[in-house]
Amino acid sequence: MLKNARAFDPRTGLDGSHDIVIRDGKIAELASAGSAEVDGAEVIDADGLIAVPAFFDPHVHLRTPGREDKEDIETGSRAAAAGGYCGIIGMANTDPPIDTPAAIESLRERAQADSTVPAGFVATVTRGMRGSELTDMAELRDAGAVGFSDDGLPIQSARVMRRALQYQALAGLQIALHEEDPELSGKGVMHEGGVAALLGMAGVPSVSESTMIARDCALAAYENARIHVQHLSASESVEVVEAAKARGVEVTCEATPHHLTLSDEAVRPLDARFKMNPPLRSEDDRQALIAAVRSGLIDTIATDHAPHTLEDKEVPFEEAAMGVTGLETAFSVLYTDLVVPGILDLPTVVERLSAGALAFGFETPSLAQDAEANVALIDLEAEWEAGAEGWESRSENSCFAGRKLKGRSLMTIVAGQVAFRQRAFAMGVA
Amino acid sequence: MRHLLSISDLSREEVEHLMERADSFAEVGRRDIKKVPTLRGRTVVSLFYESSTRTSASFELAAKRLSADLVSVKAAGSSVDKGESLKDTIATLSSFEPEAIVIRSPYAGAANLVTQWTDAAVVNAGDGKHEHPSQALLDVYTLRSRLGELDGKRIWIVGDVLHSRVARSSAMAFRLMGAEVTLCGPPTLIPRGAAEALGCDVTHDIDGLSEADVVYALRMQKERMAESFVPSLREYAMRYQVNGRRLGPRQLLMHPGPVNRGVELSGEALDGPNSLVNEQVKNGLFVRMAILFELLAGGDRTRPGRLEPDAELPAPTPIGEPA
Repeated sequence: MLKNARAFDPRTGLDGSHDIVIRDGKIAELASAGSAEVDGAEVIDADGLIAVPAFFDPHVHLRTPGREDKEDIETGSRAAAAGGYCGIIGMANTDPPIDTPAAIESLRERAQADSTVPAGFVATVTRGMRGSELTDMAELRDAGAVGFSDDGLPIQSARVMRRALQYQALAGLQIALHEEDPELSGKGVMHEGGVAALLGMAGVPSVSESTMIARDCALAAYENARIHVQHLSASESVEVVEAAKARGVEVTCEATPHHLTLSDEAVRPLDARFKMNPPLRSEDDRQALIAAVRSGLIDTIATDHAPHTLEDKEVPFEEAAMGVTGLETAFSVLYTDLVVPGILDLPTVVERLSAGALAFGFETPSLAQDAEANVALIDLEAEWEAGAEGWESRSENSCFAGRKLKGRSLMTIVAGQVAFRQRAFAMGVA
Repeated sequence: MRHLLSISDLSREEVEHLMERADSFAEVGRRDIKKVPTLRGRTVVSLFYESSTRTSASFELAAKRLSADLVSVKAAGSSVDKGESLKDTIATLSSFEPEAIVIRSPYAGAANLVTQWTDAAVVNAGDGKHEHPSQALLDVYTLRSRLGELDGKRIWIVGDVLHSRVARSSAMAFRLMGAEVTLCGPPTLIPRGAAEALGCDVTHDIDGLSEADVVYALRMQKERMAESFVPSLREYAMRYQVNGRRLGPRQLLMHPGPVNRGVELSGEALDGPNSLVNEQVKNGLFVRMAILFELLAGGDRTRPGRLEPDAELPAPTPIGEPA
């Protein structure tokens, strides 16, 4: 039982002090504060804390198989639990890529044994992520894949993309797209703009992303298919998705905490921790993304948690691997940089951090009675320094390391079980 | 000055101070014995990951003229060839406790990274397409020796700005010293956002070149054709070559070298009386002596290190006997 928590669920408008009783993995009762009596149950004093539906991240790299030196299912899922997540979807750009039913089955078995939070896995759209032949999509679905994505790479061939969308009618499941035209990106390592001009680095133009989104929205409309656009970064992309949605195209999209809080100015000191794909873009782009989160055009906030070893990042910027971790800082960064200054409101951020479930056909976490008990218990007043106590993730390539953040997830309950609790908080529990 | 990484780290006063110091080394250069004992017993490492003739020769001779011990490492034939990371190479070389590391790298920000791994003063001798501050300083020195102060002078930088670290550093340095800078080149070779980022005018039309006091031509590499930046070197030369027809008698001509004769510069312009190209190379030595001097023995050094932070070092004096 969570005693005296501020129960907060933006979808139902719930916001009040309650005793939340959890029994048999479900939310059994939302009693008025101080009224619930339960025998033999753990009672957690949640006075001053906010209880929200736990978060769901549809875009995480767990690096298994192949690069367990960067992350594995155990460390990645623990990082998720520490960040308040009750569900994650692992991408398929592993080594080798997840493109066979056997690989999906093996990952699911590993997750059963090792994962702290429920983890689903997408399979690749094309064999070996080579972009030329489709995987056995229907069989992969039967083996338990939760969607398809060649994330890390775009599907360059319009013909292959179209076939995948046609085949979706048979295979079902979401197709999540890393949208980028490699012809336009070229050797780019950061956003093409004034900062790249100053640093002399090859730029990735915004249109590299938006033109591919436009192509795939047109194909999806033509084939009556649905697509999920990953990590939107540019204002041009926002415009394209907005126009597609207005035409009735079945498209959902996500943005990352780092694209919502940082711009290419952050790259000026040439620190490789700020290198990712898509790159941090201009301040105007960032503002367009924030406006799109506010308006609801951006359906969900996903971290694109991308762990890398120190060796991959401790090199000149142009040589460094692309990607940043994000699970453990997502809420705190959004809360500190966007909610506290009044740029976005708390309900929007909380709602969008769990909305990724819906885009992949999972049940949205909720505090409603009889819902599965997936709860993140957050101290909005907590102040902490990111990374100062180490990370649950095996990798440390956070672009927020060293930042003083406000708001911290203290405990994550997944299906009624405590999946994570901060050490300091655990000591305070009776 | 702790390191020399980027022109953007320097103030106008610091540049002027370096120019005065370079003047005194130019004076030494006119003597019979051109070597001074100033940095005797101090070690300079020159680490070049890219082929370079004039910059490496210039820095190495500068170190020798100052009597420093010089270790010169070229990427080819070194442990770099065997896959050693930059971090490990720097750690290895730092074991010799050098006072300065001069580094040329194909990657932007390499010199900045090196500062995290060594106690030595770090000199950026070119990092990718990012910056080449010692070139910019010798360019400023060369122009000051001809024009005096650069305030209000109009300088056109013509050619492949996109791929040029010299363009970036020199444009910043010229602006810092009060000049007005125009970047001129085909739209494909001027980076997006360059005008705002560098505080320069941008034009794709060379017809206005006559307003310039100084024309600074950039190297145009043949590879750029294959990448569709320009249709052909012939068309590029037609539109952007600095030649006798475009260059007025009172306009000064500069180029960082090496020149593609007949592409960005015509032979007549390069060999003509307006050309400062050889003067740039000559002055490069004095400016690089000044850079090493300021970093290793300059009065405002704050580095905790093996050297006494001498407030006032005597002006350089020649050694009595040649070594």
